[in-house]
Amino acid sequence: MFRKLTLAAVLAVSATSAAAESAAHIEDFDFSFEGPFGSFDQNQLQRGLKIYTEVCSACHGLELVAFRNLHDEGGPSLPADQTLAYAEGFEIYDESIEDYRAATPADKFPGSSLENAPDLSLMAKARAGFHGPYGTGLNQLFKGMGGPEYIASLMTGYEEAPECAPEDFDGQYNVAFAAGGYPDECKYENGDHKYPGSWIAMGQPLYGEDVDFDDGHSNDLHHEAEDVAAFLMWTAEPKMMARKQAGLTGVIFLIILSVLLYLTNKRLWAPHKNKD
Amino acid sequence: MSGIPHDHYEPKSNLAKGVESRLPIIGLLYTTLTAPTPKNLNWMWIWGIVLTFTLVLQIATGVVLVMHYTPHVDMAFASVEHIMRDVNGGHMIRYFHMNGASLFFFAVYIHMFRGLYYGSYKAPREITWIIGMLIYLMMMAAGFMGYVLPWGQMSFHGTAVITGLFGAIPFVGDYLQTLLLGAGAVGQPALNRFFSLHYLLPFIIAGLVIVHIWAFHTTGNNNPTGVEVRRGSKEEAAKDTLPFWPYFVIKDLFALAIILAVFMAVVGFMPNYLGHPDNYIPANALVTPSHIVPEWYYLPFYAILRAFTADVWAVQLVNLLSFGIIDAKFFGVLAMFGAIFVMALAPWLDTSSVRSGRFRPMFKWWFALLVVDFIVLMWAGSRPAEFPYDWISLIGATYWFAYFLIILPILGVIEKPLTPPATIEDDFNAHYGPKDGGSATTSAE
Repeated sequence: MFRKLTLAAVLAVSATSAAAESAAHIEDFDFSFEGPFGSFDQNQLQRGLKIYTEVCSACHGLELVAFRNLHDEGGPSLPADQTLAYAEGFEIYDESIEDYRAATPADKFPGSSLENAPDLSLMAKARAGFHGPYGTGLNQLFKGMGGPEYIASLMTGYEEAPECAPEDFDGQYNVAFAAGGYPDECKYENGDHKYPGSWIAMGQPLYGEDVDFDDGHSNDLHHEAEDVAAFLMWTAEPKMMARKQAGLTGVIFLIILSVLLYLTNKRLWAPHKNKD
Repeated sequence: MSGIPHDHYEPKSNLAKGVESRLPIIGLLYTTLTAPTPKNLNWMWIWGIVLTFTLVLQIATGVVLVMHYTPHVDMAFASVEHIMRDVNGGHMIRYFHMNGASLFFFAVYIHMFRGLYYGSYKAPREITWIIGMLIYLMMMAAGFMGYVLPWGQMSFHGTAVITGLFGAIPFVGDYLQTLLLGAGAVGQPALNRFFSLHYLLPFIIAGLVIVHIWAFHTTGNNNPTGVEVRRGSKEEAAKDTLPFWPYFVIKDLFALAIILAVFMAVVGFMPNYLGHPDNYIPANALVTPSHIVPEWYYLPFYAILRAFTADVWAVQLVNLLSFGIIDAKFFGVLAMFGAIFVMALAPWLDTSSVRSGRFRPMFKWWFALLVVDFIVLMWAGSRPAEFPYDWISLIGATYWFAYFLIILPILGVIEKPLTPPATIEDDFNAHYGPKDGGSATTSAE
């Protein structure tokens, strides 16, 4: 059962799955990077990095992210010396010396140390979030697919299990998690679930006040969840700032080009449309 | 190349004469660029340029992507992420390519419905229409194979479902499926051959596009009235047409710039909106996504595929008559390909003497319903296969076939069409007034 549960935990809550939409409760968080003009909050990414380092990294890897990326513009932008010092805090296996050694900025983060823990590099793009309003998905059109909302909702979604569930049911009850096990005792006769969410194998990772921030930012559960979700959005889409910048430049350029072509076209056709 | 009388290229310099006598390529370019084009073409005639541009965009971005991509089951996913993270501008190139597929299909669907409304498929343009259908089929195959390459969860399990369709064909199905996959199951051989074919198909499409253009340059463009260009003399033809360059090139470029502005906004601000989050999870044969859905552009035909389940009486009847050879699964496959096949037969199913839907009062409504049907099928295809979506799909699929097989042939007989204008010049002048400044009537069109 445990294995089945964790396998299910790897599963995405599909954006188009009607069942998943109704079966889990995703809160609509407001992130600084939503929308065409939104951008990452550098301080928030650094706080998220700290939460990842002190809590998540115990089990979860970030194998697609290189330490040097922490120094990149549009990300946490750690100074070069801090990036170097941060990387040295990790031990990675080097095949060329067949041994473990301290990581350098050129190396990538290690993978997950716990077999059942999914890698977090792309988590924020591999999940969909709040699909509203009223299931239309319009907010995803303007604010992004909502992977970070899903992650933050999952962090804050641990609740007291409903009374109908047996005491020894595997995993912990989470209102935001749709892909886990669900006790038959908590289903209606037609198989529908009485309560949102399901039972997740991962124990509650954040309780609030797990990490102290140097900038004195609030470390209650809600803020921690937001910060780590924002950080994971950056790991999933490290070029988001460059992409939006390119998009904006491109749109402005093409609008100017269309106006010029419109005027050219109008003038070109005028003699034939009896408008000269 | 064109059947419409017009001036041909006369080389003037010695160099041009020398080249032209050895390879008439300047003449070919001249004829193509100056092709006489009906001057009353409306904004529905810009999608051809959009499609040509998109094909070039896909090939150009694709060639660069291949430089950094590794077609190996253990490395494909990571190599795509390498493009997204480490290759200079790689994230933009990949998002262009990814969303370029959506632009391609968006444009091709409008292009096809344009042809269906204005009767562009009717004689003498049947060959243009058939080649267009072949291009569309190739696009479907290329799009599907491209989606497999990142080797995410949807890639992997989508491949299993789609190749399974071929497995449903009686007698040879298993053999075909094995041939497609190169093995008994989805794995390295399938990834390798899909990669190979995904690189090949766009060039076949490019070749077909040239034939497509050749064909309609021979017959001349259709136009919103469906009235042919007069071909009695060069002067007569010149009254109905304007040269492609500069009139239509500038017009089309203007439309293209607007469409690309929207495309750029999609790529820049919401590049993953049309995709599935599951495809950012590496392929895992042991975990099946809860809901396998194809990309949006396959959904109408996916809905038709799923509409014919074993409890539909037509399926049961065919099953009985074929002694069980055609089961529900194979029936669905036949219906899906049949839906495209009946569209290809439109030139022979449409019995109307009038070409353009503008002058067909009854046809207009049935056509509008077909467009609605297409959108409803697209929506139904994205929903789980359960009540009421299965019923909606079945009704939608039935109308799709009825439109081509029953409504189009009958309409031509019972409908009393309006009288189209005598010439394209008349139609143009009705909108913009004759050139000498006579009585000008304006219209909302």
